[in-house]
Amino acid sequence: MPRLKLFFHIGRYVMMLGNAFSRPEKHIMYYRETIRQMHDIGIGSLPIVFLISIFIGAVAALQFAYQLDGTLVPIYYIGYIVRDFAIIEASPTITCLVLAGKVGSNMASEIGGMRQKEHIDAMEIMGVNTAAYLIMPKVIAALTVIPMLVAISAFISILGGYLAVVPTGFLSDAEYTLGVRSFFDPYNFRLMFVKAITFSFLLTTVSCYQGYFVKLGSIELGKASTNAVVFSDILILVADYMIAVLLT
Amino acid sequence: MIRADKIFKSFGENPILENINTEFLRGKNNLIIGRSGAGKTVLLKLLVGLLQPTQGTVWYDDIDFYSLNKYQLRELRMKIGMLFQGSALFDSLTVEKNVSFPLDMFTNMTVKEKLDRVNYCLDRVSLPGSNKKYPGELSGGMQKRVGIARAIVLQPKYLFCDEPNSGLDPKTALVIDELISDITKESDITTVINTHDMNSVMEIGENIILLHNGQIAWRGSKDDVIQSDNELLQDFIFASPFLQRLRNKAMQNV
Repeated sequence: MPRLKLFFHIGRYVMMLGNAFSRPEKHIMYYRETIRQMHDIGIGSLPIVFLISIFIGAVAALQFAYQLDGTLVPIYYIGYIVRDFAIIEASPTITCLVLAGKVGSNMASEIGGMRQKEHIDAMEIMGVNTAAYLIMPKVIAALTVIPMLVAISAFISILGGYLAVVPTGFLSDAEYTLGVRSFFDPYNFRLMFVKAITFSFLLTTVSCYQGYFVKLGSIELGKASTNAVVFSDILILVADYMIAVLLT
Repeated sequence: MIRADKIFKSFGENPILENINTEFLRGKNNLIIGRSGAGKTVLLKLLVGLLQPTQGTVWYDDIDFYSLNKYQLRELRMKIGMLFQGSALFDSLTVEKNVSFPLDMFTNMTVKEKLDRVNYCLDRVSLPGSNKKYPGELSGGMQKRVGIARAIVLQPKYLFCDEPNSGLDPKTALVIDELISDITKESDITTVINTHDMNSVMEIGENIILLHNGQIAWRGSKDDVIQSDNELLQDFIFASPFLQRLRNKAMQNV
């Protein structure tokens, strides 16, 4: 039975996406909604992304400084390791895990609330394709804005690493900069964006799915919001592993 | 005209509606009445396509609702207006934006044309000047009126009202009933009202069906109600001893 339930959810998720990516009734309405979502996801998430990124970089730099201490590995490698760790793994994955909590739960609650207050039924009766109107702008906005946030996060993480080890005297400014500029492979950027796009698609569609099919009652709405975060996080981690296997 | 044609609906093994055959007439106030759990809301949701029947279909004039593809369905739905029990107004939008939402979504009207149409509809429901208010700032009766304004903004051919009087005091309920009835007559539309409000039945009920345990137990008009000897109807309409005494008096006068 649990296997059947899984197939039921996968089928319903795919059908919802099929409806979500159909022709809009009126492009200007979808455009406005997409811009609104971009603002909410992008500007609204900047402070939390800034905060976690600076600490990711700082902690990573300190941890590597501790691990490399007394070894034969050149000390400037700290900059190199922090840079690649931020670009390949920490920024896309941790940023998206945090955004699943912030943006994903918000989407699930917003759409779930609309379902419970019959807003979605009202739109359906008007003739609006609710899956498209409520989900497509969110997905497009996330696919546009989250990779930007991830790129900003990578930059701030490297800066965080600098702030943790240079002013405190672990490394000189020249050593850290040399590390950051060493062995640079542009392919890592492509990897970061592949991850950012995949994770943002997963976190928005899974969260919207949880909200769109919520049942009645505040407990159900709470559950949908929690499930949005839990399932998004699980799928992001699985996708992270798959991308690592396939692309590195 | 809307026709429910041999409709059956069940949830799992549990039958909700059985063999519903009825017509909802154009230019009339068509009422679906019945006790809580009788299947009224399910029937209304089947009529507007929010639920699918297990068997049977619904005809909008000569159009089989359930045989339409999604584009045809969208076109038909633009001719349908619905007032929800909880009004279903979008909380984050002003009254004006709520009412103009269908215009924004489906028409190419200019901003001025849309505003004129919104103002006309708000005037029609006696809420002029409330454009910039939010639903949360309105009373239950006012929210219902905004819901009606939104339902009629696209000049629908079919109007559905789910419990339009629920949560309202008797006086406001009468105002809402009269408003719906007037709009039905003025625009010559097919109006289907789902209610268990006795006042509505006796004031505006022109074509009434009584649902009981998922079946049609009685049909008629408000003029037939008092003289009907259908026990289920009498139990429903004249539920209290006071109302039963009133009915007996009315019968003696007849």
